[in-house]
Amino acid sequence: MSAPGYLPLGQRISSGLGDAVASFGRSSVGRGLRRLGFTGRAMVTSVPFLWLLLFFLIPFAIVLKISFSDARIAMPPYDPLLHWVDHQVLQVKLNLGNYAFLIEDPLYWKSYLNSIKIAGISTLLCLLLGYPMAYGIARSSPSTRNILLLLVILPFWTSFLLRVYAWIGILKNNGLINNALMSLGMIDQPIQMLQTDFAVYIGIVYSYLPFMILPLYANLEKMDLTLLEAAADLGSRPWESFLKVTLPLSMPGIIAGCLLVFIPAVGEFVIPALLGDPGTLMIGKVLWTEFFNNRDWPVASAVAIALLLFLVIPIMYFQRAQDVEAGGVHR
Amino acid sequence: MTHGRPWFRIGALALGFAFLYIPIISLVVYSFNASRLVTVWGGFSTKWYGELLRNQQILDAAWLSLKVAAITATIAVALGTLAGMVLARFGPFKGRTLFSGMTTAPLVMPEVITGLSLLLLFVTMEQLIGWPAGRGATTIIIAHITFTMAFVTVIVQSRLSQMDESLEEAALDLGAKPAKVFFLITLPIIFPALLSGWLLAFTLSLDDLVIASFVAGPGSSTLPMVVFSKVRLGVSPDINALATILIAVVAVGVVFAGFWMTRQQKIQERDAQMALAANQQMIESMKKG
Repeated sequence: MSAPGYLPLGQRISSGLGDAVASFGRSSVGRGLRRLGFTGRAMVTSVPFLWLLLFFLIPFAIVLKISFSDARIAMPPYDPLLHWVDHQVLQVKLNLGNYAFLIEDPLYWKSYLNSIKIAGISTLLCLLLGYPMAYGIARSSPSTRNILLLLVILPFWTSFLLRVYAWIGILKNNGLINNALMSLGMIDQPIQMLQTDFAVYIGIVYSYLPFMILPLYANLEKMDLTLLEAAADLGSRPWESFLKVTLPLSMPGIIAGCLLVFIPAVGEFVIPALLGDPGTLMIGKVLWTEFFNNRDWPVASAVAIALLLFLVIPIMYFQRAQDVEAGGVHR
Repeated sequence: MTHGRPWFRIGALALGFAFLYIPIISLVVYSFNASRLVTVWGGFSTKWYGELLRNQQILDAAWLSLKVAAITATIAVALGTLAGMVLARFGPFKGRTLFSGMTTAPLVMPEVITGLSLLLLFVTMEQLIGWPAGRGATTIIIAHITFTMAFVTVIVQSRLSQMDESLEEAALDLGAKPAKVFFLITLPIIFPALLSGWLLAFTLSLDDLVIASFVAGPGSSTLPMVVFSKVRLGVSPDINALATILIAVVAVGVVFAGFWMTRQQKIQERDAQMALAANQQMIESMKKG
């Protein structure tokens, strides 16, 4: 994809950025670094790189480490892994008990399965609601399109927590829906909606809908409409050309949208905590309880590692798709 | 261009937008309800706004959250711009896969994992080097920068890769130093992306409950933490008042920013065309002379 002169230009400009970064510090520092072989390019890369290494990647290694240690009542509440025995031998004590605990106690794997089920169903509902919306926006006139897009993004800018809270008032036994249905005489008894899985689905679909619509819209908007004209000319009915042309072409958007909804939804805490049944097993809630209520940091770490192992493949898939979509290097 | 049946499009959009906006409208309407029972109408009243403004705990938490969000957004934009630059312009380099992985993974990483891992990092660092001593605003800011810079990176990266590079090339051809080109050409062009990145990072930080709960210390409760502990006990009308204020601020802000950015884009397009035309003229005259 790179046009001739693409790379050198980028390098020239980014080394300029490096110069600017260097001149922010004392210039002698910059000179010293350069003598050590740091170029502008390396410096531009290293600042965000080191930040992410320290605050994103290394923490996972620590979580892994602590998932192998014993819980104890102290601060921090776990045993060190490394011991000096008689000040000479460094002993490593790996405790697999936390993982054995996860396998033995059905609570944990039930929560994993239930989280996947809830996230999966919510993702599907999101797609069913989001696809027609993205389609409708992409096929509107350009001026309406911008207003509609703004309307999709606008709720996303207001507090997520408060938007989930709004559903409590709507779904509870004397809430909006039950009051409306009872005053219309359609039901005599309020329907229990809050504290059910149904409420959790609503909450997830509602909170993550923009994440589904935006990648779908970006994809559908780029689509070459002459293909549909060609299909129509060749005698295909609108519904047929949608299934055979539009839908297959929008697959990258569908995948990106589904991953953006599914991955965070698996570990969701706030929505099941506020809208779900107190007994609803979701892994994010289990991790939270282990950490904050039981103060068992090693088990919480083991839960996190197990969740991460499950999510690593979809995350890597998402990362590849994202890199290509954002105009990164094609491999 | 209207393909397919218009009633289907309009129906889908109406249904979707009703779903998105009815909860928000209900929050706003019931914030003016005199009754304490949030969903039973007891007449118009603004007393919950007064109650909200007298609640010192909420005011303190709001002030802390605003400070954290402003610092977070500023640093996240600086780091995210660098990262976006690296991904959009540096081409392949050793460690690029790791780099792009680390910048995009936080977008989808479940918050409980990010929160727990950062807390364990801070505890370990305190044991090893004594910093950060205890937890509070600093640790919340570091955690928020880490997950919000991913969003800034994506915005900047996609803006840079859509950008017309001929202006930068022209400036370099005319002898400007790379640093000057970056600050005078590239930065102004991608400025709207930086602004939306800043606003997004600010909003995400202001809104985060889970990560902040893990890395906050005693006495540093952010607004979402206070709201969550109140909401857990059931609906309360002053939270509706708080929501209404936030929604009003956001609506005004987004409309204003949208208006300003459209105007700015028009000015920029005009300037860019003039600059390219001038460059073309100069090349022509050099050919002649």
